[in-house]
Formats: sequence, structure tokens, C-alpha cells
Amino acid sequence: MNTPADGATRPGMPESERSARAGSPPLLRVDHLNMRFGGLVAVSDLSFTVGRAGITALIGPNGAGKTTVFNCITGFYKPTEGRIALQAGDPRVWEELEIVTDRGTRGIGHGNGSLFLLERMPDYLVVQKARVARTFQNIRLFPGMTVLENLLVAQHNPLMRASGFTVLGALGLRSYARAEKAAVDKARYWLDKIGLLERADDPAGELPYGAQRRLEIARAMCTDPVLLCLDEPAAGLNPRESTELGLYLHAIRDQHGTSILLIEHDMSVVMGISDHIIVLDHGQKIADGTPQQIRSDPKVIAAYLGVEQDEVGAARTGEADALM
Amino acid sequence: MTPEASRLDLARACRDATIAALISCGLFLPLIGFNTVLNIHNELILETRWPLFAVFIAIIAGGRFVHSLLIAPWLERRAMRPRRDGKPSRITHATSWMIPFTLGFAILYPALALWLAGFQGAVKWIDNFGVQILIYVMLGWGLNIVVGLAGLLDLGYVAFYAVGAYSYALLATTFGLSFWILLPVAGCLAAFWGILLGFPVLRLRGDYLAIVTLAFGEIIRLVLINWVPVTNGYAGIASIPRPTFFGIPFNATDEGFAARLGLPFSPIYRIIFLYYLILALALVTAAVTVRLRRLPLGRAWEALREDEIACRALGINTTNTKLTAFAMGAMFAGFAGSFFSARQGFISPESFTFMESAVIVAIVVLGGMGSLLGVALAAVIMIGGTEIMRELDFLKTVFGSDFDPTQYRMLLFGLAMVLIMIWKPRGLIARREPSIFLRGRQYQSAFSRQPDKHMEAALLPREGAG
Repeated sequence: MNTPADGATRPGMPESERSARAGSPPLLRVDHLNMRFGGLVAVSDLSFTVGRAGITALIGPNGAGKTTVFNCITGFYKPTEGRIALQAGDPRVWEELEIVTDRGTRGIGHGNGSLFLLERMPDYLVVQKARVARTFQNIRLFPGMTVLENLLVAQHNPLMRASGFTVLGALGLRSYARAEKAAVDKARYWLDKIGLLERADDPAGELPYGAQRRLEIARAMCTDPVLLCLDEPAAGLNPRESTELGLYLHAIRDQHGTSILLIEHDMSVVMGISDHIIVLDHGQKIADGTPQQIRSDPKVIAAYLGVEQDEVGAARTGEADALM
Repeated sequence: MTPEASRLDLARACRDATIAALISCGLFLPLIGFNTVLNIHNELILETRWPLFAVFIAIIAGGRFVHSLLIAPWLERRAMRPRRDGKPSRITHATSWMIPFTLGFAILYPALALWLAGFQGAVKWIDNFGVQILIYVMLGWGLNIVVGLAGLLDLGYVAFYAVGAYSYALLATTFGLSFWILLPVAGCLAAFWGILLGFPVLRLRGDYLAIVTLAFGEIIRLVLINWVPVTNGYAGIASIPRPTFFGIPFNATDEGFAARLGLPFSPIYRIIFLYYLILALALVTAAVTVRLRRLPLGRAWEALREDEIACRALGINTTNTKLTAFAMGAMFAGFAGSFFSARQGFISPESFTFMESAVIVAIVVLGGMGSLLGVALAAVIMIGGTEIMRELDFLKTVFGSDFDPTQYRMLLFGLAMVLIMIWKPRGLIARREPSIFLRGRQYQSAFSRQPDKHMEAALLPREGAG
């Protein structure tokens, strides 16, 4: 299947255009997503969209189902019901969404646009074909491998093709050597961006915590994603590192045209960097809008601070998270 | 440390020794103090072995006494001493010369044995030590791909060894095909079985995978025992053709290897040839491993060992990656198996018990997972050690003529395991060599050496548990 680079690369897109983005076709569309684990309803009838070349935040009190939504999008969970459609390239392929849905295939790709139904794909294909990359709440690097090796593993699929599925590479063909050099150059570019060039040959597990967070994001970016899903990227970072993270994410959005979907508890980070916020509570969407709209939404304030008696417990944890 | 504490503390040493002696009395009384023997009338007689019992207790009490008096205070003092930084650790330094040295020794070994032991004596040294050890080196290196690189604990590795051995034995005796044709065939068949087993079980992880592979090893063995029309059951397959020197047989006829070269006939030529054959096969295994580690497939294997979920999040098809590791490991076991049956000339299911799998896994774990040199060293120690024990005839003069040192093999295996796990919990050579450098080795060691960087990494909070 052909997946051309996202055509929506618009460096330095002005703020006004970004907020007026509502009219432009979305990158990701989640329709009526339901996820049940036995009798527990983690996500119920959730629908939202993620815009292209923007930063969308998914927030909500603990246990609201944010990570479950992530796992559904990235193929780690198979949703009980619902549709998750991702489009790359020419937005006109959106018109064929219903046809693809009825046909029961994983997606289509023609011309320079492609459309994927993520809930029908296994996790590794979501990355390989639909190019949705993710990071994890608890960092998942390859701690024994070096920083550079971590970034090369992220380029596994193109390198595998270049090495003729190992056969040609094992024979020492020059075409593989060239591909590997290109991969190393890409890794070098990202290492330079996250300021870890000095430590490229050290085991990733020996890096300080903040550097590990940055490396995990760089590793995800090495898969050339159109959508980058970050699960609590600011968790455990100090205020300076959080600010740097914001700049780093803006650079990814503006220079690479990669859309970002993130889960975050740190409200200062969320309000500072997001273009669009979706608030979940008890597996349902309670608000959806720009940071200004969310800040003043009474339902969000209720969910976080707790007005109704039965939500006092949840509100306490939410409040603690918001203060963190 | 106070001066009193560093003085020799006799009272404490005596107390420790007494406690150790009492505990071992309780342990060894039923194990060593009593022994049951069958007499001529088929009656079970209870014998006592007080002298041997006393020897064991004395060894343990003496050992504890020395430990408590001298070794423990010395270890304490050493721990107090500041560690010198800036020097690369001894073992990394050693590896730079160890590889050419080991390789050179392995190549010159037959000549050395011939020179030192003569034509008659060298047979034992080359066959029992050289060839036997190299078979396990090769099996260790093959399993290293599965366990050391891909991190899949395979306790049924011997099954693929058996598939290779029986493939060669059956095809050679039935169709009369030569060793050189059947070697790749046996490898392919073993790899095929590796994939066949892999498909259902690779969804499992860790302990569960280990249990299922263990069961698979047993299934293969039981099939070999019970499928009598094909495998001849317990009786095994005899008179398997020996490998030839590219068509020239090693026998006493005029067409034989020795006659053609105008040399007097001797079995040593075949043994030397077998030695170099298994050395070449083992080196091919090592070369393939080294090469694959630098390719995306090898890196994906190692990434899989480190974190499978992260691999899936990077678009790696973990099932295929695991299957290739399984097939590759099985293929080398198949090569080793066909060599084994060609060397022995006779195989039976007895050679493919769980014990063999356990020994191979032990070699990989003791050697250091992923380290080729460590695995080779562990194979030399474990297999060479077993063979050495057959040579310790003088012990019979100490413990009586019934004493058979090889019976203590497992005891010593266990002891070696415990000691290595205490001193080097990650194996003899635990250091992992990166597969690629951006700035070069010297930068890496320079940075890793800075203690403050380590401190920084260690002191910063790690929020991994959530």
C-alpha cells in the first residue's frame, strides 16, 4: 500500500489559521468508540477528531480511559465497537470512508492519498502502514542497547527492505550500506535535536530520566509518523524540562508536519502547547475545544474539582494531578 | 573500621564453624551417612559410611572456619577501599587479545595434542576433548541466537539437534546420500521444525514459553522412542556412514585417505578431519551471528529481548522476528546434529534427553547471554570439566575403588552455577558490544567512565513502576 508523506507540512502556520482549522478535514476520526473489559466500560461512545499539523491533548481525571483510547488507536487493543479512521496525503480520500468501512478491508491507498481503518489492523501494521507512532507512560526504551541502536531499531522496516530481508545485507551489498548510512544520518539529526549526540554510543538505560523521555520521542519520530501519540510526555520532568518539551513538540509539529495527540496531567504544559483539547471523564467525552474554551467549561471544572457528592473521590485525584 | 573488628576473631570463627558443622550433619546424615545396597540375594542392605560422612563435615566446618576467620574480613576490607576509576575493567581489556588467542589455540590444538601425546594418546585428547567441546560450543552459539539475542528461553533445544541427527542418519542409511549433501538438508529440516513449533508457541512469553519448548523437546524424544518402524526406537540407528574427505573415505583400503597420501593407516586422520569440520561449522555459526547482529534483523532480535511491546510500537512484526530467531537457532542445531550422528556412527534417543538441553542452556547462561566468547569459555569449562573428571583415577586411591568421579558431575555443575551466579550474575562475559558506533568506541568508554554521570542517572527519580 502506498503511503506518501503527509502533504500538510506547513512550517510556521499562523495562529489564526490554526484555530480556524475546524473547517479543514481531520487527520484522525474516531467514531462511536466503545471499549469494554468484561463488565467494565472503559470507553463508551466516544467520538472526536484530530486535526492535521496540530497538537491535540486528551485530558481527564485518573481512570477516565485516556490510555485505553491510545491503545485502541495504536492497535494494542481491539475496540469492542467503533471506527478509527486515519487519512494521510490527499484529504479527498475521506469521501471513500463509507465504502472502505462496508468493504471490510483495512484501508485504501490511491493517487497520493490513503485511508486506514486502524481498528482493523494489528499494532505493528498501524506503525508500518498507517504510520502512527507512540510513546509509553512508563518509558519503554531498549535499555541495554545504545542510544544510536535504539534509533536504528525504529527504522527497522525501511532497513529490512534495503537489506533484502537480511539476505542481501548479509552478503555485504553496497545498497544496504548506503541505506544504513542514511539511517544513521537520520538518527544523528534527531540526536542533535534532542541534544544527545554526545551520548550516542552509551546504553540508553544509563541516560538521565529527562533524556530518556526525549529519546523515546525521537525514536518514535524515526518511524516517520503522520500522527505521534505521546502518553504523558511531561511526567517526571522538572519545570525547565517541561518548557523544553513544549518547544520540542512545537518544532515537531511545525517542521515535520506531524500531528501530535498527547495525554498529559500537567495542566500548564497542556494549556501552553495544545491547539485543541478533548476532556474525558468516566470513558465519555465531556468537553472538546480550544484551551480557552476548556478553561471556562463548567463541566470540566466539575469533573476536576467535583461538585456532585459522588465525584468527590475522583475530583481529589484529579485535583492532585492538576496541581502536579 | 575499628581495630578490634579487623583483628582475627577466633571465637566467632569457631562458633560459625560449629553451626555449619551441625547443619551439615543434619543434611548429610541421610544423604551420605547411610547408603543402601542390593546384595546377591536381592535384599536391600543399609550401610553406614561414617568415614566419608566425617570427611564431608570436616571440609564444611574447615571451610566455614577459614571463611569466617580470613576471607570475610578480607572482603569487607576490600569493599571499604575506594575503587579506582578511569581504567577499563579487566575483562574488556582481556577480550581484545582473547579472541585471536582462542582462535589460534583452537586451530593449533590437534598439532599440539599430537606433539604432546603422540599418535596413540592424541586420539583421546582430540576426540573426547576437542570434538566433544566444539559440538557444545556450536550448540551454545546456536542457542545463543535464540536465548542470548532474541531472549526466548528455549528449554527444548535438543529437539532440533535430534531432528538434525536423525535426518542425517535416516537419509544416509536409506538413500545412501553423502554427508555433504545431507548437512544442509538436515539444517533445513531442523529449521522447518523450528518454524513449525514456533508458530503456535511464540505467542507465549517467558516462563510459559520455556515450559512449552521443554514439552516439545520431550515430544520429539518420545516420538523417536515409539515410532519404531522408522526410528528403530530405543535400539537406535547403527552403522551410519562416516563423513568422507570430499569423497575419499577414511579407511584402511587402498582407496582410503591414508593410502592415497602414502601414509600408514591410522584412525587419527579421521578424528583430526572431524575436529576441523566441527571447528569450521562452529565458526560459521559465530560468523553468521556476528554478521546478523549488525543487520536490522539482529538488532530487532536484541530489541525484542529488551522490550517486546516497544518493538511492536515501532512497527516490528514480532512474530516473524521471533520465528527467524527460532529457525536460525534450530538450523545450527540441525547442522550440529548431523555432524554428531556422522561422528558417532550410532544414535539413539538416549543422546537427546532433557539433560542435554539443560547443559546447553547452562552453557549460554554461564557464558553470558549474547557473548560468543563467554559461551565458548563456558562450554570448555562445563564439557571439558566433565571429561577431565573421567581422568581423575588417582581419586580412587583416596576414596576407594568404588569411587566414580563422573557421578559427581551434576553436583559440580550445580556448584559452578551457584558460584558464577554469585560472582558474575550476568555470566562470564556480561559486557555487550554495541553493533554500531556513531563516534567510536573510545568516546563510549570515556563517557561511561565518568562516575558523576552514573550518579546522575542513578539519583534521578525513575517513574517506571506506573
